[in-house]
Amino acid sequence: MRREALFWLLPVAAFFIFPNHLALGAQVLIMALFAVSLDLVLGYSGIVSLGHAAFFGLGAYTAGLLAARAGWTEPISALAIAALAAAALGFLTSFLVVRGQDLTRLMVTLGIGLLLYEAANRAAFITGGVDGLSLPEGTVLGFRFDLRGRTAYLYSLAVLFVFFLAARRLVASPFGLSLRGIREGRSRMPAIGAPVRWRLVAVYSIAAGMAGASGALLAQTTQFVGIDTLAFHRSADLLMILVLGGAGRLYGGIIGAAVFMVAQDQLAGINPVYWQFWIGLLLVLVVLFARGGVLGAIDALRSRFARRPA
Amino acid sequence: MASFLGVLFDGIAYGSLLFLVSLGLSVTLGLMSFIHLAHGAFAMFGGYLAVWLMTRWGVPFLATLPLAFLVLGIAGAICERAFYRRLYDAPPLDQVLFTLGLTFMAIASATYFWGSGQQPVALPAFLRGQVTVAGVDLGTYRLFLVAFVIVVSALLWYGIERTRFGSQVRAAVDQRAVASALGIRVDRLYTLMFALGTGLAGLGGALGIEVLGLDSSFPLKFMVYFLLVVVVGGAGTIHGAAIAAIVLGIFDIGGKYYFPAVGAFIIYALMVVLLIAFPRGLFGRRA
Repeated sequence: MRREALFWLLPVAAFFIFPNHLALGAQVLIMALFAVSLDLVLGYSGIVSLGHAAFFGLGAYTAGLLAARAGWTEPISALAIAALAAAALGFLTSFLVVRGQDLTRLMVTLGIGLLLYEAANRAAFITGGVDGLSLPEGTVLGFRFDLRGRTAYLYSLAVLFVFFLAARRLVASPFGLSLRGIREGRSRMPAIGAPVRWRLVAVYSIAAGMAGASGALLAQTTQFVGIDTLAFHRSADLLMILVLGGAGRLYGGIIGAAVFMVAQDQLAGINPVYWQFWIGLLLVLVVLFARGGVLGAIDALRSRFARRPA
Repeated sequence: MASFLGVLFDGIAYGSLLFLVSLGLSVTLGLMSFIHLAHGAFAMFGGYLAVWLMTRWGVPFLATLPLAFLVLGIAGAICERAFYRRLYDAPPLDQVLFTLGLTFMAIASATYFWGSGQQPVALPAFLRGQVTVAGVDLGTYRLFLVAFVIVVSALLWYGIERTRFGSQVRAAVDQRAVASALGIRVDRLYTLMFALGTGLAGLGGALGIEVLGLDSSFPLKFMVYFLLVVVVGGAGTIHGAAIAAIVLGIFDIGGKYYFPAVGAFIIYALMVVLLIAFPRGLFGRRA
């Protein structure tokens, strides 16, 4: 508990220590929220998804369209609407996802992600197509989104914190425990009376809503929605972030996002092609040598030291 | 009517190419249950190898095809021995991450060596142009492609269904433990099948430069198509994969020709619907 409180002091401290990197910081927090949402689905429930960006993108476009086309510029309510829209899509598509085996799920989530991408691409008269959608300058609780990203950072941090608390509560509840049961032994869970299908539908919808909220955050803080919010690359990067940090531990997503985004910021500036090569290599190495990610490695180190007699 | 038949034919040619590339995936993914997302990367390198041999060394187009098959087959065997083997029993997520990582590395390397632009292919004169059959103009190259794929499939069918090697393969994938107890060297067989699959992908990549195009985004661009052929066709059946690939080719070409505004939408929608309706594929062998 105290360690967790200390952990949350880090992003607050970062606000004061790196005043010139707050725009990047906000991106990290947004990806962290997105990664935590995938963690509920992948880490806790064992559903491998290659199309989680669909919900991120839907949330981003919902917030973007509300502000740019409907004149709904109040960000907090717009964020809630975006989250609800993404959760609704998650609910509808969850019935396709929860049936079938891993491979079918993989393909169905991939297909739904690609469908949304194509839809946004074709419906350029609404979404702006490849040109994207610019949002009018907004305010949150009276604070303008400034160029240095101070408002964006604090707003993202607050949203991440609220959703993280909810997710933390969720995975500690009996509901969360039953999800882990389903992950570990799907065929045995009905025997103790757990409705597997409905549990998965519920967690998939909740995670979709969180992903939508993170998409909306990106749209509001950068005042722009591009079609890349729906791209396959975003889903793949997200998987990478979660695995890098350590899946099934909530904090893994946050740490993964920080490592990944900072590395991307440093390396992609040199050459984006090299960056793609290095993340590919990193993925390969993580699978071969470090399946628990950063947090898994820390755990392994700690248990090694703990076993040593003092 | 003539244009309809022309589109139909283009769809069949496109589909037969998808079939050739996907066949290896149908074995690795369908029968060995190894989620090999990097399969398209082997096809891409087959294409680049052919282009490189043609432009740099002046090798004629037809001679590049067996070379693409051989080199990518050997590359596949090396990958299988070095990496994939230890991932056969790993959870699907590990397989996805690993092969996705390889795909990213392949794309980045291809961009590094050849740039991100479309690659040219110089077809020999007798494969260019068109022939008119019953009032329909058919591309000579596409006719060649269809004929080529038919010959390769016939050879494969004979190899799998009628030879001792084929019956060992079928035994190994159906009952791995029993097959190895009977003295069949299952490990070696898996490596060989994997090599055959990646070799065919390399061959398909070289043949497909003219039809599919070739640039460094190839492995991701066509990943869905290859996966779709396997998942819809059902695990490890040659005829299932062939029918699925040709239906897919016809729908894709037809969709782009008649409904350009909808574009790739048709394919993705078809994919989701088919997956839901036939979770084991149209011709699945596995119950």
